[in-house]
Amino acid sequence: MIKIEQLNKHFKRLDVLCDISVFLSKGQVISLIGPNASGKTTLIKCLLGIVKQDSGIIYFNEKNIKGDWSYRHHIGYMPQIERYPDNIQIGQLINMMKDIRNNVNTLPDEELIEKFELNKIFISKTRSLSGGTRQKVSAALAFLFSPEVLILDEPTAGLDPLSIEILREKILKEKEKNKLIIITSHILSDIDGLASHIMYLQNGQLIFFKDINAIKQEVGEDRLSKAIVEIMKQKKSLYKRKNEK
Amino acid sequence: MNKTVKYVLYDIFRSRILIAYACLLFLISFSLMSFEENPSKGLMSLLNITLIVVPLISIIFGTIHFYNSNEFIELLLSQPFSRSSIFFSQYMSVSASLSCAFIIGMGIPIIIFSPGTIGTTLIITGLLLTMVFVSLAFLSSVFVRDKAMGIGFALLLWFLFSLIYDGLILMLIVSLSDYPIEKLTLILASFNPIDLGRIFVMLQMDVSAMMGYTGAVYKDFFGSSTGMIYTFLIMFLWILWPLLLANHRFNQKDL
Amino acid sequence: MKRTITFILYLLFIDILSATTFHIGTRYPIKSIKEAVRLSSGNDSIIIHKGTYRENNIVITHPIIVIGIGAPIIDGENKYELFIISSKNVFIKGLHFKNSGCSALNDYASIKIINSSNVSVIENQIDNAYFAIHVSNSNFCTIKNNIINGLRKQEQTTGNGIHLWKCSNFLIEGNAITNHRDGIYFEFVTDSRIQKNSSENNIRYGLHFMFSHNDEYYNNLFQNNGAGVAVMYSKNVMMKYNTFKYNWGASSYGLLLKDISDSYISSNIFSKNTVGIYMEGSNRININKSSFQENGWAIKVQSNCDENKFHDNNFYGNTFDVSTNGYSSPNKFYNNYWDKYEGYDMNKDGIGDVPYHPVSLYSRIIENTPGTLFLLKSFVILLLDTTEKSLPTLIPENLKDTRPLIKPLVI
Repeated sequence: MIKIEQLNKHFKRLDVLCDISVFLSKGQVISLIGPNASGKTTLIKCLLGIVKQDSGIIYFNEKNIKGDWSYRHHIGYMPQIERYPDNIQIGQLINMMKDIRNNVNTLPDEELIEKFELNKIFISKTRSLSGGTRQKVSAALAFLFSPEVLILDEPTAGLDPLSIEILREKILKEKEKNKLIIITSHILSDIDGLASHIMYLQNGQLIFFKDINAIKQEVGEDRLSKAIVEIMKQKKSLYKRKNEK
Repeated sequence: MNKTVKYVLYDIFRSRILIAYACLLFLISFSLMSFEENPSKGLMSLLNITLIVVPLISIIFGTIHFYNSNEFIELLLSQPFSRSSIFFSQYMSVSASLSCAFIIGMGIPIIIFSPGTIGTTLIITGLLLTMVFVSLAFLSSVFVRDKAMGIGFALLLWFLFSLIYDGLILMLIVSLSDYPIEKLTLILASFNPIDLGRIFVMLQMDVSAMMGYTGAVYKDFFGSSTGMIYTFLIMFLWILWPLLLANHRFNQKDL
Repeated sequence: MKRTITFILYLLFIDILSATTFHIGTRYPIKSIKEAVRLSSGNDSIIIHKGTYRENNIVITHPIIVIGIGAPIIDGENKYELFIISSKNVFIKGLHFKNSGCSALNDYASIKIINSSNVSVIENQIDNAYFAIHVSNSNFCTIKNNIINGLRKQEQTTGNGIHLWKCSNFLIEGNAITNHRDGIYFEFVTDSRIQKNSSENNIRYGLHFMFSHNDEYYNNLFQNNGAGVAVMYSKNVMMKYNTFKYNWGASSYGLLLKDISDSYISSNIFSKNTVGIYMEGSNRININKSSFQENGWAIKVQSNCDENKFHDNNFYGNTFDVSTNGYSSPNKFYNNYWDKYEGYDMNKDGIGDVPYHPVSLYSRIIENTPGTLFLLKSFVILLLDTTEKSLPTLIPENLKDTRPLIKPLVI
């Protein structure tokens, strides 16, 4: 589905992504994790073409995405957004999305709009929204067109537990439909039971990309979050030792 | 592309700054035109506003809008559009809404109190200057990443065109006063859209001081249809080059 | 007016007593004007009936009355002159003169008056003349209500509309002159009055006079002339209720005063001229109750002008109110209304409490470097002028209106 080959990106002197190669396929729910400033958001933005890589190629359905924008028809993106245009209403924002991505074949998927009860606040302006509501809107927009690929950047930040649960269920539902879902998150418990794969980035390097069951066996931990913390510790010490040498 | 224009326009039209701008222009224009018994004197005062206030508001508003829309533009970029179409739709929205504000704020009072060629020329010049300075605003916001610096740079551009450039020209003309430099100043006017607009409108206004020898040189050139076409052409170049340069950079840029 | 009436009565009286009347026309035995003039003697009348008369060089040397009925046309076919008058007591009325000759050597005219007195030229139309009415060395004449229209050629190939040389005690009234070189031209003309004329679209000056003292100019309209109105080397000139309009061009003036002294210019309107009044070497002129509107420069005073007074005038919409090339000003400005005045009037007596400086910094800059006209109405000029106004350093300190009016005068 998505193939990344030797992706490199640096901002000024800082290497944000080093030589990342990976293949992501349908049906996977990938949890993209790593410490702060490890390059998660940059990687996502590279996939979306918002950030342009220095070198390396990204294939989407075996087509190079460079200079192409039509592949984004198949992607739903939920950004970490702090500001929508000040004076636009939520209803208008959703209508705009429907307008600009009008897909004649499929009806828009308004499940999240209903479950988050966004219709009740259709006429309120985005300026007055709380962080949590803004997240709900972003999520609803990402899922609106039942895209084949979903990219969710910190989806649970600012959401209340009830809403997190709604979102989880929605993600699981989409997973069943054999879609590729990429989630970045700091909060490991969120992804418990969701992710099928873990992709771990640190200092711009892909440390590992593994099946979740494999990880659990390897570390001998049943709970995912603990397993991952365990791995993080190992890698950190490894990384330190490497540097000391 | 056009579909987003509609929604961005929705947004800007409800912006308080834009409404305040339109109201301010309307109040000034209305009071100036109704207060002055002589409409041509009122138009002359409006010319000053058009040359100073309109570029200032356009460039500041354009810059702030662009920075504030940063994340929204990111969201749009994740949609199936080319970058250029997003960029140009932003430009169209901003310049269209500022132009509307200008037409409502200044155009309507002019049409009520002093319809005719001079008024029309003034309105057209105001609109062209709006588009030029929004274009410059986008240039500065695409090239400068930091919002505060970008606004500062935009202000600097405005300052350059409205004051510094003319100050330098003044020094140049005074120091070259022994030479016939009227023709040279015609060329120099082309490098500053505000100067170009000013001379263009003033020649329509039949300012008597413009009828002297120096004025005759301008009148001969700008008064002819060639001069008219030239003026519009240069104005369009002033809209296009910053916009195209900004678009080029925007296409390369990481957001 | 009175003079004319007395004159006509006098002529009629003579007519009743002894004069003969000759009729000319297709239905009359005499077909030619020349013939009638030859037959006539002193104080006879000639009535010219409707028709076209292709004649020229009609010489009149005795008193006579010539009256056209139904505007008979006298066509010179572009050769020579039409009427040449050298006599006292000649009266010409109601004729339509056409196509007198044009010559580089002679001042050909439709009506030429030489060494005459008591000549009246009334209600004629003169088209396509080199000079229309050319008068020299004559006095006590009246030129009234004529319509004069030249063919607009180059300055060299067109003469003046009404041309007077070495004359005195003339009345020029109600004539309309267009498309000549100078509309009205005076040289060495004294004690005359020019009133209610209009002089428009002439190639050079609407009114042009030199060495003409003690003359009066009332209620005339001078507009759209190539160089406006020029008056030079004269004394005791009285100009009242005239309008000077639309005189546009590099060296065009509403009113150019050169070496004029002891004169009175009052209640005139100067509107939309490149320069309203330009003064050079002029002294003791009183300019008052005039209105200066939308001129490029309302008044340009060269520094060789002395003891002139400008008071009770209205200035509005002028790009520059006053400009001068000197650093001191021996001229006085008071009691004028200036639309650019921004002072206040605490005691409400209608007079501003701070003086008004009508010379702006920019007008000084532009005086020295005309190229800076490029920056007219620009922000940088606005700032310069404002700065100079609050901290005057370059403009002549004593050129100011000490009693600027708050409201415009009703003139």
